[in-house]
Amino acid sequence: MNLTPASPLAANPASPALSPGAQVLAACRAEGRAALVGYLPVGFPSVEVSIEAMVAMVRAGADIIEVGIPYSDPLMDGPLIQRATEAALEGGSRVDDVFTAVRAIADAGAAAYVMTYWNLVLKRGVARFAADLAAAGGSGLITPDLIPDEAGEWLAASDAHGLDRVFLVAPSSTPERLTVATGACRGFVYAASTMGVTGTRETVGSAAQDVVRRTREVTDVPVCVGLGVSTRAQAADVAGFADGVIVGSALVRALGEGGIPAMEALTRELAAGVREGRP
Amino acid sequence: MTTPHGRFGDFGGRYVPEALIPALEQLDEVRRKAAVDPEFIGELDRLHRTYTGRPSIITEVPRFAEHCGGARVILKREDLNHTGSHKINNVLGQALLAKRMGKSRVIAETGAGQHGVATATAAALLGLDCVVYMGAVDTKRQALNVARMRLLGAEVVAVTNGSQTLKDAVNEALRDWVANVDSTHYVLGTVTGPHPFPEMVRDFHRIIGVEARAQVLDLVGRLPDAVLACVGGGSNAMGIFHRFLFDDSVRLIGFEAGGDGIESGRHAARFSGGTRGVLHGAATYVLQDDDGQTIESHSVSAGLDYPSVGPEHAHLFETGRAEYRPITDDEAMEAFRLLCRTEGIIPAIESSHALAGAMKVGRELGPDALLLVSLSGRGDKDVHTAARWFGLLDDAEGMP
Ligand SMILES: Cc1ncc(COP(=O)(O)O)c(C=O)c1O
Repeated sequence: MNLTPASPLAANPASPALSPGAQVLAACRAEGRAALVGYLPVGFPSVEVSIEAMVAMVRAGADIIEVGIPYSDPLMDGPLIQRATEAALEGGSRVDDVFTAVRAIADAGAAAYVMTYWNLVLKRGVARFAADLAAAGGSGLITPDLIPDEAGEWLAASDAHGLDRVFLVAPSSTPERLTVATGACRGFVYAASTMGVTGTRETVGSAAQDVVRRTREVTDVPVCVGLGVSTRAQAADVAGFADGVIVGSALVRALGEGGIPAMEALTRELAAGVREGRP
Repeated sequence: MTTPHGRFGDFGGRYVPEALIPALEQLDEVRRKAAVDPEFIGELDRLHRTYTGRPSIITEVPRFAEHCGGARVILKREDLNHTGSHKINNVLGQALLAKRMGKSRVIAETGAGQHGVATATAAALLGLDCVVYMGAVDTKRQALNVARMRLLGAEVVAVTNGSQTLKDAVNEALRDWVANVDSTHYVLGTVTGPHPFPEMVRDFHRIIGVEARAQVLDLVGRLPDAVLACVGGGSNAMGIFHRFLFDDSVRLIGFEAGGDGIESGRHAARFSGGTRGVLHGAATYVLQDDDGQTIESHSVSAGLDYPSVGPEHAHLFETGRAEYRPITDDEAMEAFRLLCRTEGIIPAIESSHALAGAMKVGRELGPDALLLVSLSGRGDKDVHTAARWFGLLDDAEGMP
């Protein structure tokens, strides 16, 4: 455990083995609601403003922040996040900046997971990356292009540093793959709501509910749903069957178009949404 | 050479979204069954003979060889295949697999356009819908191939994000595949990507080396001293190398795009300027910065302009079984010009990197040496680039 004294979560002696993120999810479950997980990439529109925005997102009601590291080849991202992360890279955002962001979020009292494509972790060194993330107070990694089958080094490093590892499941996942993926997950499971990349969608289809149901058949780890959620109504809808609602593109768009105030306003809407899910 | 999990030593694997794993497992199963199914083997063989024009011939090129230190030089003529390059070997195999898997739509990435043209061709032949992703930089420098693909009924999508070249076309094709994997097969065009692509694509190109080895033995009565090929992703090279892997006397030499020179930083020489990393689903050698961000590659040749390389090449490089050397744009274009003038063969600029390699290796080994060179494609698509490079036409003759 690498909780800082500044984090209110550090005071929780009840579950010393749980990461900050896992504790938040457990607390939400106890409250009978889903958690709101908000994504922003470091460095958009600038490193400073992105970190300020993440802290503002905590104040506006996000339970967990998913901190993205911009990558040159983001093959799980749609045009909106691609444009934001390209701009971040052009603006000089570096991998180091993610640890500053994680520290700021932890200090603000929320849990931070880092979403990263795998090459950025490999290049830093898996063990060193894990040590740096733990030292910054991060809860773990979300790895969209790493499957447990290839994750030997990360399984060891995450164990060594008490970090969560969030692998993805998808509507295409077979029962065997669900077992493999969730068996390696700690913290939560990231269930992709549709077959596709990040982006806002008109509807979050029944595929999401189905993949959550099938995932729950093989694991007790909390299941959070991402891809496509952008409105309060969608958040409420997904909160009805998932442990967490992950929102990315819509928050990035709000930040890009209306700055921190617009992003905060949307966060408040979404936070209300996750509380309406299970009346 | 590989483990069941698609590893070549430390390289290869499957670094892709979980959503694609079922499709990759299905593909692996279907291609393994097909490889031993007489019906599939017979159908592919029939297409090779009656459609592609296999076996491709070998041609000895004595006038060109005068510029190679007097070594004997033999070309394996993949340029004579239908659609003009080796790419058709892999595409026909994968298109037949797509049909077996009940998929009605194929997608592909393309750099020079040769793989896109081959995929559009196979789609027309087998009645499949086809979408080809191509970087916007490449749609400009290979405009003729864009028109060819459209003539064949394919939809060509110009990719305008990132560096707007081959790597971004791969990203876009992978995004399409994740979203449409039920109906769609991704016809990856080289020996890169997640398992089973590197192994499967190599196996479909293996016929190049199988034929060439027998043809050279027949013509000369001995094995070549070296087998040479250009390496973009590395499919023509793996195709011609593989049959020679256990012929210890035969050197295997791959030539990467040296662009403006390694020291300029503007090149695509992964084994000179790259390091271990993961890109597009495989652990391999990658051009990357200290953070692990991909560095854009540069080459006069769109087909070699790619920051990563097939994982089996990374393994052959680290074990020392194969050597990899950079060839600059200038060297490649000089070899291009020479083959045109001395032998009446207009090569692809990609293949010209292997020809430039033969000029160097021939001089090193001397007149007793026997070199087998993969002439992976013809240069029709490159006439525009070459005309500009050599200043062959003035404005009045229609060159911009
Ligand atoms: C004629 C030709 N040769 C070589 C290549 C490079 O591909 P590979 O390294 O996979 O053979 C291309 C790719 O477009 C090509 O068109």
